Amino acid sequence: MARAAIRRRLTWRIATVATITRESDTARRLALRIDDWDGHLPGQHVDVRLTAPDGYQTQRSYSIASAPETPTVDLVVQRVPGGEVSPYLVDELRVGDELELRGPIGGYFVWHPDTDSPLQLAAGGSGVAPFLAVLDHHAAIRSSVPVRLLYSARSLGDVIGRDRLDGHAGRGVSVTIALTREQPPGWRGLRGRMDAEAIREHTTPADALPRVLLCGPTSFVEAVADGLVAEGHPTTAIKIERFG
Amino acid sequence: MTTESRRLDGNAAAGRLADVFVFDATVVRTRCGTCGTSAPLGHYHVYADGPGMVVRCPTCEKMIMRLAQTPGHTWLDMGGAATLDIGE
Repeated sequence: MARAAIRRRLTWRIATVATITRESDTARRLALRIDDWDGHLPGQHVDVRLTAPDGYQTQRSYSIASAPETPTVDLVVQRVPGGEVSPYLVDELRVGDELELRGPIGGYFVWHPDTDSPLQLAAGGSGVAPFLAVLDHHAAIRSSVPVRLLYSARSLGDVIGRDRLDGHAGRGVSVTIALTREQPPGWRGLRGRMDAEAIREHTTPADALPRVLLCGPTSFVEAVADGLVAEGHPTTAIKIERFG
Repeated sequence: MTTESRRLDGNAAAGRLADVFVFDATVVRTRCGTCGTSAPLGHYHVYADGPGMVVRCPTCEKMIMRLAQTPGHTWLDMGGAATLDIGE
């Protein structure tokens, strides 16, 4: 099923917004109903295309935030101030509206649950979206693969998927959250930007041979990748998805 | 913006390359024609904020591919790629 989903020629199709839920102060989860969706792998994305009344078109890529087991295809969209697409998706879109999209896209940045290698995830901001799909899939198939997530957000209000992440932490996933700009009183997690010590202390050691997926702003993921390589992780074990 | 902050990767090229190829380009092992680096296209650097999209080698930063699209027309330059190894 998954292979067919990757190999089929992609065409633009219509998705209908089934539900909209709040994920953070600035992010919404758009649960989409798509007829004849053939499934996806956790980590894949879709392209969303918007067309203005005058015919002007623009498109953006969004990671799929829901597991393949979920009946809807969910995207988590964070409002980018002054953005061309995200303010519309976050503030204007309503349940029942239709969107044009193509996908699933990309078989490189995915988690294949078919080996026992531990999994190390690191996300900056809305880069956590594909990992919500990975973690939900990991739970759905009752995988015994050890997983750690290192997640950097600006403030607690910016943390996406808090309830879900708490749930995953409760079943044994190691979730470490770093708040870079603002921490609530009594915050026990990490503070500030990810440095070499935080990476060393809160990621799977290189000798455990983890597979690593990094997703977020370019400066964040490249800093984490450099830190992991300095810790001895081979570059071939690290897959990166950059936002720019 | 600096070059670094504009940088994306092969994942960002996948949708547009799907207009050209029937296979998923991100997993295709691509060899740089300049330095010989061989890696899945998803590992390559992509710059997509110009009128076209440019794919560069993650090792030597030389150009691998350029893609430009206008309504009804796609232009692809693969002069910098030595080989594509496409799995079943």
